[in-house]
Amino acid sequence: MHELSIVMGIIDIARNEIKKANLHKVETIEIEIGTLAGIEFEALDFAWNMAVNNTVLEKAERKINIIQATAKCISCGYIFNTKSVFDQCPKCNELFTEIITGRELRVKAITAI
Amino acid sequence: MCTTCGCGQTDSILISKPPKINIESLKINGDLHHAHIHNHDDHHHHHTHEHDHHHEKTVLEIEQDILNTNNLLAERNRGYFDAKNIFAVNLVSSPGSGKTSLLERTLKDLGKEINFSVIEGDQQTFNDANRIQAIQIPVVQINTGQACHLDSDMVNKAVKELKPVDNSILFIENVGNLVCPAMFDLGENKRVVIISTTEGDDKPIKYPDMFLHSHICIINKIDLLPYVQFDVEKAKEYALRVNHHLEFFELSVTSGEGMNKWYDWLRKQVKN
Repeated sequence: MHELSIVMGIIDIARNEIKKANLHKVETIEIEIGTLAGIEFEALDFAWNMAVNNTVLEKAERKINIIQATAKCISCGYIFNTKSVFDQCPKCNELFTEIITGRELRVKAITAI
Repeated sequence: MCTTCGCGQTDSILISKPPKINIESLKINGDLHHAHIHNHDDHHHHHTHEHDHHHEKTVLEIEQDILNTNNLLAERNRGYFDAKNIFAVNLVSSPGSGKTSLLERTLKDLGKEINFSVIEGDQQTFNDANRIQAIQIPVVQINTGQACHLDSDMVNKAVKELKPVDNSILFIENVGNLVCPAMFDLGENKRVVIISTTEGDDKPIKYPDMFLHSHICIINKIDLLPYVQFDVEKAKEYALRVNHHLEFFELSVTSGEGMNKWYDWLRKQVKN
């Protein structure tokens, strides 16, 4: 259930940012989450619904951009979509790869009034 | 920050020395649930500023990492450790892999030559802190309540309570959990993941995040290898597939086999 900590982090960011901009109400919040960011989306939903009550995000629409994980083979340099941090290179079967995208976990933008 | 269950209780995280040393304890107060309760519908207030206020939408481009707050505080912890030449180790594993036993034996065997201190993380009880205190090593217990991991804020507060001495090693024993602690930097110098031969040798690919974020992998309970179906080479291969930078120690806390290599590594870390 670390997803709850993540939601709390999102609420903190939203609260700080709209305060800085002297705004009052968040209409939409856009979040980017990579497929290898360690987030279980069902757990995130569950935590979200509990945690946003009485916060600036209570009525906010949530947009989640899911970022496909990609990895680069350290042998042949091939870049491919990966389902895990240890998928083999589909070209040369090398086991060692580096994750390039898919670990994102950030608040991209907020629309507020 | 309240990292527990979102039920509105904000004071369930306790950081304290075991009762025998010091009964004073410190509560972390989260404020989240009670913030911003005012009602925006009542805001038909006097707008003295100039624009004609059609409630225009403003888009704020933020691009901020959600773990930013934790990571910044972790860096502060790291800076404190650096300045005092404290080598901080974050010990992570599933429950029962032998984190506390490894600590006990290490502290007993090296306690005379290296200064140690310990932060114990568990959901409940002083049991682990009591075990460390019995060896007369300074220890602070963090009871996380319902939370499944330590974060940098808890460690920051615990360090203030613990006041570790210069030129020492600080062990932070995380909550027994192979999933959640992976995401939370505490400011440690090295993260050590422990698996034991009574678990499956495929743990590294079942819980890859923890192995991806660790520097050291200890395979514990190797004295039991004749009796269990655990293939050390296979476990290492799986772990390396997840993170090819991992360094391994194979040891048994019970029999003492392999402990010297671990001790030599620790000795090297406190040298300037």
